[in-house]
Amino acid sequence: MTEVYFEILRPGINTTVQDFGRNHLYHIGITVSGAMDLRNYKLANALVLNKKDEASIEFAYQGPLLKLKNGKITFAITGDVAFNIIRNNSIVEEGKCYQSYILENGEKLDILSTRKSVYGYLAIKDGLNYKKFWNSYSINSKANIGPNNGNKFSINEKIFIKNHESKHIPQKKINFSDSTNNLIRVIKGSNFNYFSEDSQNKFFKEEYLITNLTDRMGMRLKGSSLKNIKNTNIKSEGLIKGVVQVPADGNPIILLNDHGTIGGYPKIGVVISADLDRVTQLPPGANIKFKEVTLEEAENLFKEYLSETRKYLNAIN
Amino acid sequence: MIKNISNLGDASVYCDFGSEVSEKINSEVIRYFNYLSKVVKENKIQGITNLSPSYNKLIISFDLSVTNFSNVKNQINNLEIKKVEKEISKIVKIPVCCDEKYGLDFNRLAKKLKLTKEEILKSYFNKEYFCYMTGFVAGMPFLGDLNEKIRCDRLETPRVKVPEGSVGITEQFANIYTFASPGGWNIIGNTPKKIFNKNNFNDPALIKPGDKVIFYQITNEEYLNWND
Repeated sequence: MTEVYFEILRPGINTTVQDFGRNHLYHIGITVSGAMDLRNYKLANALVLNKKDEASIEFAYQGPLLKLKNGKITFAITGDVAFNIIRNNSIVEEGKCYQSYILENGEKLDILSTRKSVYGYLAIKDGLNYKKFWNSYSINSKANIGPNNGNKFSINEKIFIKNHESKHIPQKKINFSDSTNNLIRVIKGSNFNYFSEDSQNKFFKEEYLITNLTDRMGMRLKGSSLKNIKNTNIKSEGLIKGVVQVPADGNPIILLNDHGTIGGYPKIGVVISADLDRVTQLPPGANIKFKEVTLEEAENLFKEYLSETRKYLNAIN
Repeated sequence: MIKNISNLGDASVYCDFGSEVSEKINSEVIRYFNYLSKVVKENKIQGITNLSPSYNKLIISFDLSVTNFSNVKNQINNLEIKKVEKEISKIVKIPVCCDEKYGLDFNRLAKKLKLTKEEILKSYFNKEYFCYMTGFVAGMPFLGDLNEKIRCDRLETPRVKVPEGSVGITEQFANIYTFASPGGWNIIGNTPKKIFNKNNFNDPALIKPGDKVIFYQITNEEYLNWND
């Protein structure tokens, strides 16, 4: 049986395979990875009736231009993404996110770019044809772990699709509107008191600019410099996604999915779980504002986040 | 013993074992880590996603859709860690070539420490190191403690890319760059031995927290002909 695959005519800026990521390996230096925006990852799979942890394609800013070979597929794209479907008769159809489509053999999918956000997801009915590595399909390009030898996709490579014959599934869509709100809620970090009172106040009062030095590892911010009055280094210790650490230059860095597993910069705060999807989608050039919440508030906000996600998943019809 | 348990964000438990870096405190962290790994594997605590032991802290991450801070904290407090069996630690021997092309920072070290290359190497080799933790990048071991004579700050400007296999020293610690990565440690040689092997699925990291490491010097010829 011939393999169904996408031929990559243009790879895009950072196109990888992702799922929920891999756990239980922090202690040997393997980070979690996984989809940056988990809600959009879940919705993409749901729209093509996939298992919820099926591998999907994540892209950032400019996405890939893909040509389908040896089969027919059903796909859906989520995020705030501009894309075209180039049909076999050369007709260019403008695509809509949060809606499933059929792509015929030989047709092309041109993912032009994300709009006011960073990441988008392409899910294909039945998923991608890769083996899990340490219980996950996620590509970790720093340690070269996962599909495609652990590298982001390049031109002329192939993306293998699990689908072997065209399966008919009903077409699905949802109305989805994501918040692009830049207010990010945080819980005080373990080194909050390393910073001067003035800096503690500024951290919660002023806006920080998201710089170009932002990727799957972390987000470097620029703004009112945070003055460390105790020690600009701590004894290296474990890190988690969402930690806001502050090196000696006083500019905060938010750690994201591919962060190093240990580090020695003081932690001023940690982004709450409910706001992690939203923070990853804020693009360089945008401003971010932090708001302090308690643990209890964070836990309640996460419940709201989960029930909102469930509402969208249930609305797929 | 854990001195203090607090939350780091809303999805992790931050266990503080003390402020200094010592083999004694770190051994406690590793003891808890080994015991908890077992408990998690046996599914006795739900929702734990990761355990990160370091010099004197242990961070326990969990899935907030399954459990929460107060649940995990209570379960940790109720554990009888005393029952933990003796840790399995081993001695790992690491070959290092210190020829000019691998030992990138001997000039800097010689100037800062006022020692010759031979004197630095004499202090560095012939010593058993203790692995405090692994991480930052996959499998990178943090080893200690260096002979006081060869303790030196990290580079003022870190290298953009330290070659894979480089062995470095800074302050009281020694390490091995398991992958080419940015870094600021003083590089004194390179090992041909594979320290992290992802194809060794069940046991990819050669050196684990609590292990002992002995470095020994090899020639460039031995380096080039190395076969694991």
